[in-house]
Order: sequence, then C-alpha cells, then structure tokens
Amino acid sequence: MIVRGGERVIVQGITGKQGTFWTERMQAYGTRVVGGVNPKRSGTEHCGVPVFASAGDAMREAGFDVSVLFIPPLGVRAAAIDAIEAGCPRLVVLTEHVPVQDVMEVLAAARANSAAVAGPNTAGLVTPGECFVGFMPAFEPDLFRPGRVGVVSRSGSLGTLICLNLVQAGFGESAFIGIGGDPIIGTTTREAVEALDADDRTDAVVVVGEIGGAMEEEAAEYIRDMRKPVVAFIAGGASPPGKKMGHAGAIVMGDKGSWASKRRALEAAGVEVLDTPSGVGPALRAALGGPAGAAPSVSPP
Amino acid sequence: MNFEEHAAKPVLRAAGIAVPRGRLARNGADARAAAAELGAPVVVKAQVPAGKRGKAGGVRAAGDPLAAEAAAEAILGMDIAGHRVESVLVEEQAAIAAEYYAAVLNDPASRGPLVIFSPEGGMDIEEVAASKPDRVRRAPVDITRGLEPESARALAGGFGPEVDEATVAEVLVALYRAYRDHDAELLEVNPLARLEDGRLVALDCKLALDDSAVKRREALASAGRPEPMTALEARAEALGLKYIELDGDVGVIANGAGLTMTTMDVITHHGGRPANFLEIGGEAYTKAKPALELVLANPRVKCLVVNFCGAFARTDVMTGGVLDAWEALSPEVPVFFSVHGTGSAEARAMLKARLGVTPYPTMDEAIAGAVAVTVTVTVTARAAAAEGGT
Repeated sequence: MIVRGGERVIVQGITGKQGTFWTERMQAYGTRVVGGVNPKRSGTEHCGVPVFASAGDAMREAGFDVSVLFIPPLGVRAAAIDAIEAGCPRLVVLTEHVPVQDVMEVLAAARANSAAVAGPNTAGLVTPGECFVGFMPAFEPDLFRPGRVGVVSRSGSLGTLICLNLVQAGFGESAFIGIGGDPIIGTTTREAVEALDADDRTDAVVVVGEIGGAMEEEAAEYIRDMRKPVVAFIAGGASPPGKKMGHAGAIVMGDKGSWASKRRALEAAGVEVLDTPSGVGPALRAALGGPAGAAPSVSPP
Repeated sequence: MNFEEHAAKPVLRAAGIAVPRGRLARNGADARAAAAELGAPVVVKAQVPAGKRGKAGGVRAAGDPLAAEAAAEAILGMDIAGHRVESVLVEEQAAIAAEYYAAVLNDPASRGPLVIFSPEGGMDIEEVAASKPDRVRRAPVDITRGLEPESARALAGGFGPEVDEATVAEVLVALYRAYRDHDAELLEVNPLARLEDGRLVALDCKLALDDSAVKRREALASAGRPEPMTALEARAEALGLKYIELDGDVGVIANGAGLTMTTMDVITHHGGRPANFLEIGGEAYTKAKPALELVLANPRVKCLVVNFCGAFARTDVMTGGVLDAWEALSPEVPVFFSVHGTGSAEARAMLKARLGVTPYPTMDEAIAGAVAVTVTVTVTARAAAAEGGT
C-alpha cells in the first residue's frame, strides 16, 4: 500500500466540497489525477479532468492504478465495489463512520478481486516529493520531505505529528501509510509494515498505533524477524478503559487491546516504544546511527 | 449502541427464534401484575446493558406474584456495572434440559462475521474458551454468501445426543440473518436453552448495534440504552462532539482521536492530569467554538492545551473558532498552543494578531508549560490552605 509518483489516480466524489479542495491540492503537489467519478456529472470536467459516471467507465476510458473515495458513509459500499469490480488494484477509503458490515462486504469483494484497500477512516498515503492520495498535508515542508523512514499510522493527526518530529530531527519519509482508525480495515498494521520492509527506499519503520484491537500485537510477530529497525508510539496509555476514544477501534476491553499489552508485544519483538512522539528522532538516530535517512537538500516540488 | 434484554429480544422473535413470554415492569406492583398475567413461576431480571447480572443479584426466581413483587423491589434501584436499574423483565420460567451458547459478531481477525456455538451455555464464554477450548466452535463466514445451512450444521454437529444439530443449525442461521438485518456488531444468546420437550428458547439476548449504522436503523436505535453520561458529556453529544470527562485539571482540545489521546498521554508523561478527552477532528473541525466553551465549563480546568496537527482538519479554521470563543468568553485560564499541519501558517498569523501569542514549537513544550501551571496552582493552593490552617 505505497503510492509512487506517476501512478494514475481517480477521485470518486471529486465534485463535492472536500473532493474538490483535496483534488486541487493533490494535483498541485504532483499526484497524477486522471479523472473523477460522479454519476450525475458524467461527461463534464472538474479540476481539469474528466468526470465519469462510474469507476468502470473511468477504467475503460482513462485507466487508473488507485482510487480515492470522498464519499459519504452510506455510499461507500457501492462506490468501493464499483471500483473493485472495475479492476482497481488499490483503494483509499477516507470516510469515517462507514457501517462495519458494509466494510466487510467491500473487503470480501477486494479479496475476491485481489485488490488492496487502505481504510476506511484513513487520512491517506504520501510519498514525499512525488504524490499524495487523501487529505494529508504532504505540501507542508515541516511535516514531509523525501527520506528513508517509512511511517504506518492508524491516526492521521497523530501520524502527522510523528512526521513533524521526524523532520525536526533531520529525517524524511520514504512513505506514509495511513491505515485508518476503524476496528475493521483493509490494510492492517502488519501488512503495512511488510510493505515497508519490502520497500528498497525504506531503511527504518515507525509504527504509530493506538489502544484497541490486536493489530500491533500481530505486527510484532512479523517485526520480530525484521532486519530494519522499528520504533513505535502507541496512543492511549492515559485513556480510561471501556470507552471508545473517538476512533471506533480505540477501545480497551479488559486487558485486550490495552496499551500495556501492545507495549509488551512490541518490546518483546525488539521495538523501542516511545513515551512521547518527540522521542522518535533520538530513537531513530540511535537505531540508524545519525540522520542518514534525511535528504536535506531535496524539497518537495 | 447497547440494548437491554427486553429491547434486544424482539429482534430474535422477528427472526423466528423463540423467546419466553415476558412483561417489562418499572415498579413492584407492575411486576406482581405481570407475574399474575403470565400465570406461572417467573424470573425477575434487572434491565441494564451489562453482563453478569445474575452474579450481581439482579436475576431472581419468583414462585408467585407476591414473590415477584418482592424480587422487583429488591432489584429496582440497584447499581449494576455503573447502570442504575430502572426496570425489570418478568418472564415465565422455562423447563430447561440444557443450556447452549450462540453468537454472531464482527471479527477484526477475519475481517468478516464470526459465528460461535458452544454446548456450554449460561456462563462467560471467555471462561469456557479458556477451560474447555474443544467445547467452543467458531466459524468465520463469507459475508457475500452468508451462513449456509451446511456450515451451521457443522458448527452444531458432533456433540452426540446432547445437541440436536438440525434444530441448533436452524437457530444459528436465523441468528445470522438477524445480525445482518440489524447491523449488529454483536448478537449473542446466552443461554440458548433446550427445553425438556426439545424446543430451543433464547433465555437471554445481548445486542450491540454498530454506531456507524444508527442512521439507517433509527427505529431500532430508538430502543437502545445510551451510555451513562455526565451533564457535560450529554451537552457535547447534542453538539455532535466527542467529549469524555476525566478527573484532572489540564483542559484539552485537539484534532483527531489519535492526537487527542496522545495529548492526554503526554500530559500524564509530564506529571499532569488531563481534564477531558475532546477531539474536533474529521467532520467536527468547524466546531472549535462550542468545543472551547465545553472545556471551560468544567470548573476543574486550570489551564488549557490546544494541540492541532491538521490533515483533513484545517488548523486555520479550528484556530479561528477557538479565537472566536476566546474573545466571547474572555477566560482567565492560561492557554498553551501547539499548531502544525494544514493551514498552520494562517493559524499562527491569526494567533499573533488576535491573541498576541506564538504557538510553542513542539507539543511537548506546550504541554510541559501547561503542566507547570497546574503544579504551581496546586502548590499555591496548598500553601494558602496551610497558611489558613495556622
């Protein structure tokens, strides 16, 4: 679940307020947006690209590699399945509050068609200096610049803060993968870590997790045998149990999903778990021996 | 969203799963009348959206209407797992031959529905899974095909004469359909009783509705029991904000669940105590003004951390809202800003122009500053108290 410059992107829901705002920013940053989808506006142009009636039409007429969905919660199932059945290999579902059984249907369709899904409830994906997909502030130079640290995050806001700390410490990012804050999501922490482990532009990985679920524990099983260093921050240590902390997936029931359980699993796999996000720079410097991950002379276009 | 037993059982009945005859009662006299109407020995059960009611003394058998009245009076007003008992369900007693467990739930591991069956009902399924793992069957379901009768029979089969696989499979298929038709995240029957005549009856039912599906399940949701909330939490909910009141004194406004939790974590890390969780990320990012009013309405708040790291949520819009509220309320608590991400240049300029402040370069510095205030205030208060005492 990494998107690189030059890959063709369509925007489902391009004509809405947020779809328009973020399409313009993606285009300005260099993302290759080749079209949009809105059944009521097909045949027109929006943000300088053609609007299609469906993802199927967009695939036949323009072709694309990634679809990003700016679609209201109850419309996500149909829009995502449209894209999957059109042969879209990667989907980025930004929407929060998609009914979980709809998500399951989308993920079943994705499995049957070998498509990968990031989200729902993700802020998107970034490759600094090349492109971004979603609503990440990739264009802020104090947050994103090309480098060799891969970041996996359930939260957009916290992932952004981690990136700020990385850049302040002299590092840059090879890829940012927002996986989303819902309890059931397409790309798990482990799958995103595996993608960064296989990525030859990535030297180290930062896992930004939070309480709830078992994804950090599952990722730890894989990280145990990784050669690239991994640093983690887990949000929610100070949160009361039994409450949904904003994200539907961020709830602790008993010891399940607890901060302590995640910290234990990650530490047992050799991961340094940080007390505060500002610890990420020193931890990476210790792991990599200096800010070798930085490429200070390169700034985003 | 959770449901009390009496509100969950109609979902089963509509799916064709038998439940005992019962009446809801809000006082002893109603319970007596209900027992008389049902005309048999009854069970009186506390209605709260929580498990382990029996252990808490919230489920009692009653042989006649007067005993039912006494049982109801003993149970009403009890506190069970943080919920006050305001009603009881009076149900006819069943002639139970065996108790099973059945459930369908959203399973993050398989990213689909999971059906669970066990012939060991009437107790906590986690305990059964730990002590007798071979007595708990689980089957992930392909949601595009649904629970097929053969899979249901396989779940119920092989237990010998104690489980009739055909009747149990029928209930499992119906339970799965009810789970799908109502956007449940959990639909659990424990116990599912086999009566002496062989029929299966759901003696209890736990239903959790997916909060994201409430919009298309409004009729069902209206029968749900809201989470217990403080007055401020209820006010926040009415405004469409997610606010959780905590017992510390550092007020928090941040955007995004992850960043808000982290703000609380870092306050704790620096030796302070957060007064609340309040996030205005996502669709709520335009609500900074009511958000600030909420945080300041908590009298414990001695200082405020405003921590924005904008992605979708634009920090210029959020900061503008905070400034509007600040100017309207002119609060006296000190405020500590950390602002980064989308729109941060505009946000910084606004803060400089309207409040004369520059945000801290990092979140840690803003939070350390805020925590120092609460420590100073506490020390001053203690000193004052000590002085007053001598």
